Amino acid sequence: MIGRDLIGIEDLDRGDIERILDTAERMREVGNRVVKKVPTLRGRTIVNLFFEASTRTRASFEIAGKRLSADVVNFSPSSSSLKKSESILDTARTLDAMDPDLVVVRHAVAGVPKRIADVLYAPVVNAGDGAHEHPTQALLDMLTVRQVKERIEGLTVTIVGDILHSRVARSNIHGFLKMGAEVRIAAPPPMIPAGIESLGVKVFTSLRDALSGADVVMALRIQNERLTGSYVPSIREYSATFGIDRAKLHYAKDDVIVMHPGPVNRGVELSHELTDDRPSVILDQVRNGVAIRMAVLYLFAGRAPRSDLGELD
Amino acid sequence: MQSEHPPGPGFPRSQPADDVRTILDDTGIRRALMRIAHEIFERNNELENLYLVAIPNGGIPLARVLAANLKQIADVEPTVGILDTTLYRDDLATTSERPMLRLTEMPSAVDDRTVVLVDDVVKSGRTIRAAMDALMDFGRPKIVQVVGLVDRGHRELPIKLDYVGKNVPTSPDEIVHLHGNDGDPSSALEVVVSSGPADEGHVSERSPA
Repeated sequence: MIGRDLIGIEDLDRGDIERILDTAERMREVGNRVVKKVPTLRGRTIVNLFFEASTRTRASFEIAGKRLSADVVNFSPSSSSLKKSESILDTARTLDAMDPDLVVVRHAVAGVPKRIADVLYAPVVNAGDGAHEHPTQALLDMLTVRQVKERIEGLTVTIVGDILHSRVARSNIHGFLKMGAEVRIAAPPPMIPAGIESLGVKVFTSLRDALSGADVVMALRIQNERLTGSYVPSIREYSATFGIDRAKLHYAKDDVIVMHPGPVNRGVELSHELTDDRPSVILDQVRNGVAIRMAVLYLFAGRAPRSDLGELD
Repeated sequence: MQSEHPPGPGFPRSQPADDVRTILDDTGIRRALMRIAHEIFERNNELENLYLVAIPNGGIPLARVLAANLKQIADVEPTVGILDTTLYRDDLATTSERPMLRLTEMPSAVDDRTVVLVDDVVKSGRTIRAAMDALMDFGRPKIVQVVGLVDRGHRELPIKLDYVGKNVPTSPDEIVHLHGNDGDPSSALEVVVSSGPADEGHVSERSPA
């Protein structure tokens, strides 16, 4: 069963994913109550260690922790100690000495949460590291698909956009494949990582072909700096070719749903109307994000101490 | 029939895990639930206020049968809710494996209602304590009463049952289960005791032998 840390979907098996999704489904009910709080993690301390700016993910983890009665401390070292040239691992060790029960880590560089997990006593949950993984995002995406479609196995999921730089895409590719879905990716060729087929995805450069028969379309956020670089000729061209609007959705199944990890560049990855209305499920994703993070905190925070960790220095 | 003879204090513990005895069969459970419905009717004046809250999984079929009985006896249709106690357990800090969460489905607020908690097997009283804490997060009930289909004794908290199906003296490390389909109150139910490892109050999906 589930390990000590949650670094990536790649490390989980199907049973682990289902366990987290099932737990999150129950957690969703707590969010529907008048009193949105249960005493489960009372007296536990959760540290949000965000080296990279994030409002949405951090707020989601914070609300999740508070709904479970944990004490949540937000720590953004970019504005404090890192300016004093304290190393990342030193910062993490300092926090660890304050005995948190779980540390949520986000960093712009792939692999940092794993490095931190290797030196910490507290379990670590990755909240996004570079272009590597963003496991809780993929879990909330899978929960949303399962909620709407009542299954994941056998569905066709098309991920559209900057796959090369996207940790969301990478985590979702691992997750949906493990859950038995067909995963397609569609992007301008410079945004498709070399050798991605080896993961088991089908690669398309034509959006029309990629959407044909799709149950789920997931648009990725295009970073503005990438639009002015050499990846795509222009915003307008990207939007015309790979932006999702109602006309292009006709290629997909009639009951297709549209997802986006947010925040949406309106009129670029998604048309205005699709950003706000069905079949897009963007706000369901946000709501499920809190439930998933409650499930992850419940399953990973403050379990009985690990005996095999040995001496920490 | 073996089920007529609950084990005494000297009951041997070294039996194999697959040694499963029925201590309350379907007929016995349904008779007990009819009697308890009459007792609920007798003790409560404002039955239209009644809210049966099942503790999953075992309490669910029992609460549904009680609701049907109360409809038959008193022509009332009590609200039936389901309340998982897992997030309120007092042993979460000491266990390394997190227990699976179960269903919670509370169709309305509990303010000023007569709430009857329904559980299959009551032993330490810790689940009832957790259920009362959970209940208070849904409002302020007027009164809270408790049904336990089987009372095993071995109480660790000052919890007293208002309605008991059957008192069954058991050894503390024996396992007592309600077997039955928790979705369908008309399927056969039985309470069995075994020495094998399992969760207290666990409802098995398999049909009774």
